[in-house]
Parts: sequence; C-alpha cells; structure tokens
Amino acid sequence: MRKVVEGSYAIAQAVKCCDPDIISAYPITPQTHIVENLSQMVADGELKAEFITVDSEFSALSALVGSSAMGARSYSSTTSQGLALMYEVLYNVSGLRMPIVMTVANRAMGAPLNIWNDQQDSIGARDCGWIQLYAENVQEAMDLTPQAYKLAEDPDILTPVMVCMDGFILTHVYEPVEFLDHDKVKQFLPPFKPKITLDPAHPVTIGAFADPSTFTEYRYLQQDAQNKALGKIDTIAKEFKETFGRYYGGLIDTYRMEGADAAIVTLGSVIGTIKDALDEMWAEGKKVGLVKVRSYRPFPVKALRDSLKDVSSIAVIEKDVSIGNEAGLTTDLKAAFYNTGMKTPIIGFTAGLGGRDITLKDIKKAGDKALAAAKGPEAEFEFLTLRKEIL
Amino acid sequence: MNGSKSPSGSPGVSSSPSTTARPGTSASLATSPNMNPRELGTYTKNTWCPGCGNFSILSAIQTVLASMHDEGYPLENVVIVSGIGCHAKISDYLNINSFYSLHGRTLPVATGIKLANPDLKVICFSGDGDSLAEGLDHLIFAAKRNLDITLILHDNRVYGLTTGQYTPTSPLGFKGKSTPMGTEELPMNPIELMLVSGATYLARGYTHGIDLLRKLFRDAIMHKGFSFVDTLQVCVTYFNMYETYNKRVYEVQGNDASSFDEAMKIARSWDYNNMEAPIPLGKFYDIDKPRFDQVFPGYEPHPVDRDAKIREVLDSLI
Repeated sequence: MRKVVEGSYAIAQAVKCCDPDIISAYPITPQTHIVENLSQMVADGELKAEFITVDSEFSALSALVGSSAMGARSYSSTTSQGLALMYEVLYNVSGLRMPIVMTVANRAMGAPLNIWNDQQDSIGARDCGWIQLYAENVQEAMDLTPQAYKLAEDPDILTPVMVCMDGFILTHVYEPVEFLDHDKVKQFLPPFKPKITLDPAHPVTIGAFADPSTFTEYRYLQQDAQNKALGKIDTIAKEFKETFGRYYGGLIDTYRMEGADAAIVTLGSVIGTIKDALDEMWAEGKKVGLVKVRSYRPFPVKALRDSLKDVSSIAVIEKDVSIGNEAGLTTDLKAAFYNTGMKTPIIGFTAGLGGRDITLKDIKKAGDKALAAAKGPEAEFEFLTLRKEIL
Repeated sequence: MNGSKSPSGSPGVSSSPSTTARPGTSASLATSPNMNPRELGTYTKNTWCPGCGNFSILSAIQTVLASMHDEGYPLENVVIVSGIGCHAKISDYLNINSFYSLHGRTLPVATGIKLANPDLKVICFSGDGDSLAEGLDHLIFAAKRNLDITLILHDNRVYGLTTGQYTPTSPLGFKGKSTPMGTEELPMNPIELMLVSGATYLARGYTHGIDLLRKLFRDAIMHKGFSFVDTLQVCVTYFNMYETYNKRVYEVQGNDASSFDEAMKIARSWDYNNMEAPIPLGKFYDIDKPRFDQVFPGYEPHPVDRDAKIREVLDSLI
C-alpha cells in the first residue's frame, strides 16, 4: 500500500509491523511525532505493546534494559541531547548484548541550543557498541527497521541497532512511501526468542561484575559480533529484497562510480542532493561518483577500500565534526586506507551543521576540490559552508 | 475556553493588592515602579502563544526587578537561569544577565553561579516538565541544601514546547499526545515534595492574579534560603485550565507560615488531581535555616600569586 505520510508516521508504521512488546521514550524535537504516533497506535489497539511513559531519556532506555532482560522486544527513539543523556545506558545495553532497536532522529548537539539536523549526536556515540545504520530517505528508514531487529536479534550478533535518519529532513517530510505488510514482516522477522532472560524458574544474574580477568574478553566478543554483522547486514538486506522487493545496497551503495575520477563519500539524506549534483557534474565532464555509507558501525573497511580503489581522490561530506580533529567519517576512512598501498588524497568537509542547507553548489565545490586534489597539492579538512563574514 | 478574561476577573482571588500588602512588601509593587518595567524587555521576537501564562510571569518579574532597581538594588547582580521548554525563552526576553541551561539542569547551573559569587541574586525559571521530571533530583537537593536561590516553577502541567505530552503534574487520566488513553499516574504535589525536602520558602501563585504573583515573586527573591514558587500557569494551546482555576483558587489568609504542619495541611488540601477542590494560593511556608551558601563565608576567588606562595613555603622550611 502506497501512501503519502509524514516520515515519523512511516517509522511508527514500520515499528508497529515489528510487533515490539515494550516501547519507552521521552518527547524531544524532532523525534516526538514518531513516539506520539506509536502511543496513538497502542491506544487505538492497532499495536499490542506496552508504551512506558517516563521522566527522561535516561529512564526510557533504562526501562528497556529491564524489558529486554525479560525477553521482550523493545523499542525507543530519541535524538541529540536525549541520546547524550542515554550515554551511560548505551554502553550498558550493548555490553549486556540486548537487541534493542532505536530510531535516532539526527539533530545537532548544544550548545548553542539548536533543534535542527546534523549528525553530531549519533556520530559522537559511535564507540558505544551499537550498530549504526543511516537512511537516505523515509522508505529506507522504514525498511531498515525490521532489518535492524533481524540483525540485532541474530544469535551471532545480539547487538543493539540505531537506525539513524536526519531530523526534520526525513522525520517531518511528507512523501509517498510503500507501507510494510504486517504479515510479510512477521515472516521476515520471527518472534524474539532470547537464550537468556530473567526467569524465576531459572534464576540468573544479569549485569554482574567482570573483573580484569574477563573484561577484555567481553569487549572482544562485542567487537567480534560487530565484525560478524559486516556479513549479515547485506544478507539481511537481500532477504528483505526477496520479500519486499526493495534493496539499497549492503554496507555501502554506489552511484556513478564506474569510470569516476573522484568520489564523494557520505551518509544520510544529503545523498539525494549529491546525486543531482553529480548528474550535473558529469554533464560538465567532471567525473565524480558517490559512495553511500549505510553501515557506519560496523565500519565497512573492506567494502570502502574496494569501492574507492580506482578513484584518484576522495571528498567526504559529513554533518559532524570531531572538534579538535577532523570529523568521524573522514578520520575513519583515512584509517581504513592507512595499512594499504592506497595513497588516495582524502579531503574532509563538514557541512550542514545545525540545519544549514547543503546546496548543489556546495556539493560541486567539494567535488571540484576533490578533482583538483588529484592533480595538485592536497587540500585539508574544512568547513564547507562557513560564513566568514559573521566570524 | 481561551484566556480572554481580564486578570481582574479572577473571582477566586479574594484580596486586592492593597489588602495583601504587608510590612516588608514594597508598596511600589501595587503601583508603578519608577523604572519602566518595559526597559527590562528585549528586542527578541516573542514566540509564546497569545494568552500564554508565561506573559504574566514575565510581566510580574519585570515589575519586581524594576522595583528592586528603584530601591537601589543593582540589577547587574541579578542572574536569571532557565532550563528547556517554553518557559526557558524568558532568558531571551529579560534584559538581565541570563543563562539558558540544559533540560532539567537549571538548578545545578544556578548552584554553581551562586557558590562562585554568593553576592549574586540567582533567580531560576523552570517548567514542571523541566524540574519535576528530568531535573527532579536537582530540585530535591537544592531544597535539601537550602541554597539561597529562588525557583519559579512555570507549572502548566503539560509539555508545551514538544506540543502536548503529560508531565509529572498532569492529572490522572490526562489525555496528552503520549497518553491518548489518559495517564495512569497520579500527579506529583511539588509543594509537598519541597516541604519535606527542606525548602524554606514555599508559595503558590497563579498567572491570572498578577498582583499576588508580583508579591510572591518579590517575597521569594528576598527570602534567604531556597524559595520555591509553584506558579499555576495555563497553557492555552494544550491544557487550558483557566475556567477551572478561576473557579477554584483562593488566597490563604492568616496562616502560620512558620509551621511545618500547617504548611503541609495547606499543601495537601489540593492534590493537583481533584478538579473540584479549592486551590490555595499565597505563601504557605517561610522559615530560617542554615544555608548551603553559608558554608563558603567570605570566599573570594581572587587570583593567587602561586610562585610567591611556593617561595613562602620553601623559605619557611629552610
């Protein structure tokens, strides 16, 4: 069924089809509509789940730690300051190997106070042990939701997943989307059957101490699960395609990379604009391609090396900055190349911070700089759309 | 159901400013202060909904500050701290030193400001969603420590900025956007909570009784210790309580504000849930108790010549 709905409603519809047992969230712009729609679905009897209203994001995710320990499929959604308030619990969830799925409606981190989109919030939480998948559009964010549960609950993975979608740009846009069919999702995503839960008949302790003799191994197993997820993400995406007919690539996707001299690497909703910019560049004889990062954690090192091996230079455009260094995707990509023979110049651009538009002109500028870097001196990381006149 | 009634049309508020004025309350509050309170406004565009109770709170605090200025109090020694929510924009609308903090974190910031310079008058504005949910632990500790600051609670009993979800003071069964079936929790009584937590000044105002509101704000600001003014504020868009409040509110008279038990009795006479019960306004509690800021007497953060100090210590050892 194809319908024009708000992005947030579409996500709520996708979550509903996943039959979560427990939902807990605290309102925060621009996530609010997602959870409001879910609470309405619960109230209307469309969704047989408990919706736990709480006093903070910290409480929301903590409540899910409890419900997940009971073996309940658990869902939350947040953004920005809310995600930051969850920081302590993020590690708890991943360390306890709880397959919680959370939609992050990406938004800037204050100060200064700002409610608009960038990706500083989730990129800043990249080391917390959660899988992070980034959606280009509402349909992809919807489709990623059951895929995220399937991945998270896989006995080899047991790792929480953030489905990241750009706040306002995707959460508040009205566009036609194909609704998920509840019965088909049920076939695609079997019921959650955890191996270990709290059970009065078989008492266990969850959350116990690990002293120096075992702590490293717990971390190693988390790392190992993320590595295994590298393989599973594409497998699950292809299974999804078999059932629903839609496929967005596995760990990464590419556009106009065949015969490209340079590439732009990015994640999130800016990809649509980049594709338009690249069409214009190719018409001008400038061969710049695109690599879309769908999975940021686990970081698809091999897939990125393979897809970028033939270009002479790379521009990364991302909506975050590692204040004091460059930015998340840029530094990760550079690290991915270091222990190889690849000496391709990589220029990082931070753009779209706090909701500033990234225009076709901005993207072409980054593309031009990448093309120039292949021939001349390497450019360094920069703020792509800096208003120098107000500094 | 919109807030079209004039402030003078609040039938429940029985007393006029002249009869409520008492020693220690500036008479200028009942009339106009010399300083035009509008001078304390800013050019920032106001984005509160028309009819929002926040306008009364803003107006009342402007009048109180103007009267303090008239009496020679240097307004540069006043700091406003707000949280996140509709209320917090008051920091943008008041031409006073202000700090717009994180959601729920009004009081920790205010604590730091006050302890760094105990001579400052620190006035916090916070919402019920701000200080009674995400920041509740800070509220309890500010009261426990009896820090000499004031917290004015914009208690509209709904999350206005995120467009209409229930808060800790929403009544049982409140149908907000996150609770379409109605809440299943009884509301919190913040005055009762503050009383048992150790606050030394407790009052309740209503945004449809501006004279009383000014009096209580001033009284609370002048109080030495943690003062808390629960301000019943109407959210015209998401929880319009004007009619209910106008029928139910009354001002307490002749109560012994030094009595914990009496304050508790008044506080408990309305539980934020019963829509039929009379709602007391006014000062409920006012006592003196040792304050947290007194622990730091005379501390002056002057820069120290570290080299000279080290030489002094070394010389004494030789």
